Amino acid sequence: MERPAWAPQGIDLTVPSVSRMYDYYLGGSHNFEVDREAGRRAIEAWPGLPKIIQANRAFMRRAIRFAVGEGITQFLDIGSGIPTFGNVHEAAQSADPSARVVYVDNDPVAVAHSRSVLEGNDRAEVVSADFRSPQDILYSAEVERLLDLERPVALLLVALLHFIEDKDDPWKTVREIGDELAPGSLLVLSHSSADEGPMRNVGGGVRDVYRQTSSPLITRSRTEITRFFDGFELVEPGVVPLPRWRPEDVPGTDDPLLLSGYAGVGRKAGRVG
Amino acid sequence: MNSGPHEPEGLEKDGLRRFATIWSRAVYPVTQTSMTRAELEDYLHPLAVRLCDALHAHPFSPAVGREVGSALVAGHCTSPDALPHLLGVIDSYLVLYSRDPESSTLDVDEARARCSRLQHAIAAGFTQALRDRTLSEQESLSRAALAAQTAVEEALHASETRFRAVFNSATIGISIADMDGRIRDANGALARMFGRSEEEMRRRNVNEWVHPDDAPQVWRMHRQLVRGERDHFRVEKPYQRPDGTVLWTNLTVSLLRDADGEPRYQLALVEDITERRLLHLRLRYEATHDELTGLPNRTLFAERLDRLLSASGEVKRFGLCYLDIDGFKAVNDSLGHAVGDQLLIAVAERLQSCTAGSGHLVARIGGDEFAALVTDPSGPEEVTELARQVLAALATPIGVDGRELSVRASIGIVEGPSGDLRPEEVMRSADITMYRAKDAGGNRYELADPDSDARAIDRHSLTTRLPTALERDEFFLEYQPLIRMSDGHVDGAEALVRWKHPVHGLLGPDRFIPLAEHTGLIVPLGRWVMEQAVRQACAWHEERSAEAKAAAKGGRGAKNGKGGGKSGKSGKGASEDYRPLRVNVNLSPRQLHHPDLVPDTVAVLEGAGMEPSSLCLEVTESALIGADEDELKPLRQLAELGVEIALDDFGTGYSNLANLRRLPATTLKLDRSFTQGLQQHPADPADVTFVEGIVTLAHALGLAVTVEGVETEHQASKLRDLGCDTAQGWYYARPGPASTFQKGFAVTL
Repeated sequence: MERPAWAPQGIDLTVPSVSRMYDYYLGGSHNFEVDREAGRRAIEAWPGLPKIIQANRAFMRRAIRFAVGEGITQFLDIGSGIPTFGNVHEAAQSADPSARVVYVDNDPVAVAHSRSVLEGNDRAEVVSADFRSPQDILYSAEVERLLDLERPVALLLVALLHFIEDKDDPWKTVREIGDELAPGSLLVLSHSSADEGPMRNVGGGVRDVYRQTSSPLITRSRTEITRFFDGFELVEPGVVPLPRWRPEDVPGTDDPLLLSGYAGVGRKAGRVG
Repeated sequence: MNSGPHEPEGLEKDGLRRFATIWSRAVYPVTQTSMTRAELEDYLHPLAVRLCDALHAHPFSPAVGREVGSALVAGHCTSPDALPHLLGVIDSYLVLYSRDPESSTLDVDEARARCSRLQHAIAAGFTQALRDRTLSEQESLSRAALAAQTAVEEALHASETRFRAVFNSATIGISIADMDGRIRDANGALARMFGRSEEEMRRRNVNEWVHPDDAPQVWRMHRQLVRGERDHFRVEKPYQRPDGTVLWTNLTVSLLRDADGEPRYQLALVEDITERRLLHLRLRYEATHDELTGLPNRTLFAERLDRLLSASGEVKRFGLCYLDIDGFKAVNDSLGHAVGDQLLIAVAERLQSCTAGSGHLVARIGGDEFAALVTDPSGPEEVTELARQVLAALATPIGVDGRELSVRASIGIVEGPSGDLRPEEVMRSADITMYRAKDAGGNRYELADPDSDARAIDRHSLTTRLPTALERDEFFLEYQPLIRMSDGHVDGAEALVRWKHPVHGLLGPDRFIPLAEHTGLIVPLGRWVMEQAVRQACAWHEERSAEAKAAAKGGRGAKNGKGGGKSGKSGKGASEDYRPLRVNVNLSPRQLHHPDLVPDTVAVLEGAGMEPSSLCLEVTESALIGADEDELKPLRQLAELGVEIALDDFGTGYSNLANLRRLPATTLKLDRSFTQGLQQHPADPADVTFVEGIVTLAHALGLAVTVEGVETEHQASKLRDLGCDTAQGWYYARPGPASTFQKGFAVTL
């Protein structure tokens, strides 16, 4: 049912939350037994999951450093979840102390926790909003206070869009947000996929686990994922498996597990003003 | 392997860097850190330095181990699986890579013992830090959850407060009832509308609120809603207030369903429209009632008539009395509008008294016109009885402003089966019939009959056609000869107008002249007739002159053969060149009083170049009765010009014979009723005496006498004997077109 914007989202702690499960995979303790139980079952169905999450996290840090290297100091991270070690603002502000970050999540617990973690940091804030209502994000007081949308912004949709179903047309929403960003802005995106790797075989089990959470998991093909970059020019090396996006270590033998997700960064076309 | 440019130089010399490399490589796979392995190595190197320092310190203390264990947790090596890897590398390589060649006083056993104690301390520090971290993260998560919940509750509370405020302060009435109709909540606005407290409202059941004026579909729609077959409905609904007044509302009821779609509550939004409705009713009353008399007006009457005529099944017949006060205009003109209004009010009251209790509708249609509508009469008698009662009720004089005014009225009655006539047909029939009553003297009623209606409608259609008929040249003239009785020669002709109607065919003047007279079209029509007739007379005159000249040049004897050698004939023929045929044209009363009569006539004569004496204007005796000198003035002027004036239909009016002397007439046209008696043989002696007397009188006054309607030879010779000058009739000739008119016409005497 549609709910008016001012009607608060309820909290049901008996339902596993994807952001707390994510924290669990990363060895954090910002989770409840119900989240750990779901996490354990997901890992059981797909033992490499924590490594994929770690690789995803590592991609994000590389992408942030890339963005700072491109001169971008504004970050909009939608679907930020529980702030765990190595967050966007830590990575960005360690690269450039003037970097400003707005986190967005629809999980009220994640938002409350982010708020307490960010207390005292006047260059990072969190918005309680949903990706599916982009106007609530773009016109929030936090975005207005911290971000200058006339200048390039790095939009982070990291491990988010595979929780948005086709019926909500995430491509359209990405385009809507992209339209509001200045030329030169970056879209940083990662997404789970069953094209290659073990997801092909075990994906069903993982999806079953996620079906019981607040956000079911949708795997998409590389082509579908690439379509999210419409209106952006992909930077090298394009949309690739997570560990292959500008690796900093000497590439070893890829764990086939790590092929279960794609990552990419695109730059919004047009004159940079 | 590890040969990145950031690697410090002299790795071989720096054993601890080597140790950190081995350490990071062993630990990296079991951590969940998002650092790269190189970053992890950089993070571990200072820890290795501290461990090395601790190993060689004097005195030895394992306390640093605890700090290193804690730092490892802080570096995100939080998996319990990481600990054996962390400690394994220390156990195997720390002593080896931290050898200090300058102070290698430490023997191997002592070094290994110290290394073990450092590992114990690292394990303790790691465990302690992991436990602290876990507890703190759990606590911060709980606080976040609590904060989020509090925020949600606050938001819910705020939302509830907001809703409550909307509910309480809304000016629209709101109630929520369960599916049994019990009201669970009602707001102040609703309670105020109903004149009850909110608590009282909550004890009520919506199913109790049946009102006699409820629209028929209200409760059917409500049952559908309760059954879940309808999601909402909107109606105008009255409610009884405890003080006995009625609350009129715009009611919108919506069905609220639960998450499974089952009907749970009925939500009513109630808007008080009592005043708006009253205003509407008042405006409606004002729009449908006459302000002066308070009777229903034409609008309401038309609605009722419409309904009555279209009501199939229920009502079989209808009756209508259409009443117009006789001479009301005179009352208004002479006594003033205030008196007129008082009279109308009194008439309205009397009409109402006649129909009181019968359910008949009495309305004021406008001005002094009233109508009574009878629903389903048993037959015409019931309606004529009502008309009789009305006339009787009006018969008693009405006292207005100290005067006793007697009221007379004409009533047209239409009665018949519903469904046969349309309202406008009924109203037209009533109007026609009322005028029939008026024409018949007034103060009476007439019952509509189709023939009279048809005639009236005919008259109407002819009247409306008249102006175009003149434009389209649909009129033409026929001529009937006037015979000079002394010698049987044609003296002139009477012009008679005809109408060749495109639908009705040839129409005589009796069909349309009264209509033209009524509408005033007689003036242009009369002028046209005069023009035509005068032009025709000129044409004849020219023809005759030409013929006479031709005859004078040619064989004159041929013509005289018939005259039996009367020498005077030729002289007479010559004088006929001077005297053209006279043409008689009828002049209606309206033309007579038209200011342009004299100039128009003069213009026509001058236009044709005709002697005034060749034109004779026929005026009816009745048109001149009572005419004063002013009214006679135009005729007198024309007579002075030489125009002949004939007094038409003489003897039918009550003319004052003494009056004849002052009239500018030159001829009397004796009405045909006097000549009829002379058709018999022997002639009616009374008629003979009468005609004789008139002829004597006329001649004594210097007037010529023309007789009309001469149909037999006997009649003709008698009239000639009696001294009549000219004659006209079928015996001589019927009216005919100018082309067949025989100007040389003569009867054998």
